[in-house]
Amino acid sequence: MPNNQLDPNTWISLYADYLFNYTIVRVKDRETAQDLVQETFFAGLKSMANFKGEASERTWLISILKRKIIDHYRKINSKKGQAEVRINYNSDTESEGDWLEERVADGYEKNAEDQIQNEELGLAIEDCLDKLPEKQATIFKMKTILGYDTETICNELNITASNLWVIIHRARTALSGCLEKNWY
Amino acid sequence: MSTKNKFFISCEEAKHICDKSQYGEATLWEKIKLNVRLSWCHITRGYSSGNNKLTKLIRKSKIEAIEKDKKEEMQRKLQEEMSKY
Repeated sequence: MPNNQLDPNTWISLYADYLFNYTIVRVKDRETAQDLVQETFFAGLKSMANFKGEASERTWLISILKRKIIDHYRKINSKKGQAEVRINYNSDTESEGDWLEERVADGYEKNAEDQIQNEELGLAIEDCLDKLPEKQATIFKMKTILGYDTETICNELNITASNLWVIIHRARTALSGCLEKNWY
Repeated sequence: MSTKNKFFISCEEAKHICDKSQYGEATLWEKIKLNVRLSWCHITRGYSSGNNKLTKLIRKSKIEAIEKDKKEEMQRKLQEEMSKY
């Protein structure tokens, strides 16, 4: 039986982005998603004694995160519920019929399948990014996902532009190969 | 530099231009040189097609990342919390 170990020192560098992507498609707000990820790590620390080593560290953290997301929705739904009680659609004759328009579905459901596929794709890319050396993954994310310009990354990480492009090239080659195997 | 050398670039340079063009950082002249190479070199064509596909997939996935500063802050808070246990 596999016996996985927990190492909280590496949680942020190894799992923060993965958990963040898992969360952001569900809560649609960066700040909230970051808070939920941080809370997940805190809760993980608290319940380290319950970790049996049967699941991987990431799977275990995801299971904690799922509960955090559910709690988050419970909290905002109970607030929403209180607000909705005060809505009275029939109070004003001039706006008669407006509620029909307000209640039309926003088209979200039509794209549900696409969204699920995009989420799976995002997590597949994260899986492939996990396999890169840490420095390559960091630079690739800064350049490609966060959209920093070359100069900013070079200054921040104290590397030359040609270093950066060599690293980006290696990361792109590895990612293409990984996605070729796991996604296409 | 002869006209031939201006137009014909190595496979490595072509890949480098291809990488830069994924981020909109290749100049028009570089793109012309890349296209010349693409017209006859199947290795560059293969790399370029895989590279373009990767860019499209990343855009489609809408993948996000946490800013470096924010991650450092998260790490600091986690260390603080760890010291309590």
